[in-house]
Amino acid sequence: MYILAIDTSNNALGVAILKDDQLIGQIITNMAKNHSVRLMPAVDQLMKEVQITPEQLEKIVVAQGPGSYTGVRIGLTTAKTLGWALNIPVVGVSSLNALAFQGRFSQSVISPFFDARRGLVYTGLYEWRAGKMHTLLDDRNILLTDWLEKLKALQKSVLFLSPDMEKHQEVILAQLGDLAIIPEEPFHHTSPAYLAYAGKELSGDTVHALKPNYLRLAEAEANWLKAQGEHRQDG
Amino acid sequence: MGEFIMKKDTYILGIETSCDETAVAIVKNGSEIITNVVASQIESHKRFGGVVPEIASRHHVEQITLVLEEAIEQSKLSWDDIDAIAVTEGPGLVGALLIGVNAAKAIAFAKQKPLIGVHHIAGHIYANRFVADFQFPLLALIVSGGHTELVVMKAHGQYEVIGETRDDAAGEAYDKVARMLGLPYPGGPQIDRLAAQGEATIDFPRAWLEEGSFDFSFSGLKSAVINFIHNAKQRDEALKNEDIAASFQASVIDVLTTKTFQAAKKYQVNQVIVAGGVAANKGLRNALVNRFSETDIPLVIPPLQLCTDNAAMIAAAGTISFEQGKRAGLDLNANPSLPLR
Ligand SMILES: [Zn+2]
Repeated sequence: MYILAIDTSNNALGVAILKDDQLIGQIITNMAKNHSVRLMPAVDQLMKEVQITPEQLEKIVVAQGPGSYTGVRIGLTTAKTLGWALNIPVVGVSSLNALAFQGRFSQSVISPFFDARRGLVYTGLYEWRAGKMHTLLDDRNILLTDWLEKLKALQKSVLFLSPDMEKHQEVILAQLGDLAIIPEEPFHHTSPAYLAYAGKELSGDTVHALKPNYLRLAEAEANWLKAQGEHRQDG
Repeated sequence: MGEFIMKKDTYILGIETSCDETAVAIVKNGSEIITNVVASQIESHKRFGGVVPEIASRHHVEQITLVLEEAIEQSKLSWDDIDAIAVTEGPGLVGALLIGVNAAKAIAFAKQKPLIGVHHIAGHIYANRFVADFQFPLLALIVSGGHTELVVMKAHGQYEVIGETRDDAAGEAYDKVARMLGLPYPGGPQIDRLAAQGEATIDFPRAWLEEGSFDFSFSGLKSAVINFIHNAKQRDEALKNEDIAASFQASVIDVLTTKTFQAAKKYQVNQVIVAGGVAANKGLRNALVNRFSETDIPLVIPPLQLCTDNAAMIAAAGTISFEQGKRAGLDLNANPSLPLR
């Protein structure tokens, strides 16, 4: 059983192929470069390297967001269309869940996050227990300072993982002190291999129903709803 | 056993997502529509008074595989029949274009088919191939929400832009004037309808630009309409929207038909074709038909549903590129300001 995993939801571009439970190849770059130009050639190159053809794929796992709106859409469009054309299931996995796997042996709870501008972050709370990743608090779009208040109230040590760590480290340490665990640099990058593992047992929805998980309304939509006088809790 | 070569029919699958229509079509031999599916988002954008790029991109990613499936099912063809995948690579809204481009690349990879990038305006021009054979040299007038251009073609796949707008596209001017008159989005058809009930009593300016130029400019006209409405309101004068619409439309149509006519003479073309969403405008269609009925140059205007954005036109233009051996790689990108050449 060959599984292809695709992640272009943030700056990193990641493509991995599992053969049954074995990771037989992956390509990762951690730079802000054009996903649209590079994704399909990366998939093509990796599949050639491991000598499999598109028809041999049996499942696709894709990072569903949150992250860059455009990046998430490039990954999802590619995964959905490949899945549709090959008539195989496509599973969407939270980009935060995939990143949390970098802390899978930690005894602490895990807070992966991506910068969402203006003091906001996309984040959730995860825990590795009995060889599985569990979600403690759902993914959300929240002010980092509010999120840290919530975590502080837990009185537990928290492992933070983020490619945007540099921007937020000071605030985290200031608010959480010794409760915050921040590992060295390579742990802050998602690996498509874990995305594949996170999604390999999931059956997924139909290809058509799979949608990006932006965690945020489009600005125009939010303004429109406000103007309609509708109150809507978002995140 | 003797061998002989039979010319196989060519089937191209086209994808178009440059603005607010998610569209997939399959075209046979570049001139026959097998299937043409268009999922319009217009209802969603109406509440914003125009197309919101982020919302358009969100709709495209949700629609794309549904539209692809509908097109394939309607066609009754198998993947073996499809010769290549053609997709709009630009110009347009970048986030919207990206959905079509990435979907096209995924199919090209999954089904191991050649990939072809198509210019959106080339697509609009080739919508006319469903109606008539091209007679070169030909002149194409393209008028839409995003474009106002005059293009000369001496052969298939060869484009020479001889005139373009220096500011607003004609369709943009229509939308803005419609908004000022309190008409719902999209404004073009509304103005066309109002204009038919009014009279061109107001002398709005016509931007002819320099002697011999085939370029267009509609921003001066737009400002003139705004000032007219503003001044009339200040003087508490009653406004007849029908007459404003008729006068505005008269100015736009006068410039479009006159420049098209002059260009057709200068380039001694054997055919004039009209394309783009504004080509659905009845006032413009009538004026062009009248103007060219005095000449022996045949005028071609596609039916309404082929004037607006669709993927059949992309597949038709893609067929020519396919026949000419033009191919794109899997690194094909969306290019929001792709030049036509
Ligand atoms: Zn168009």
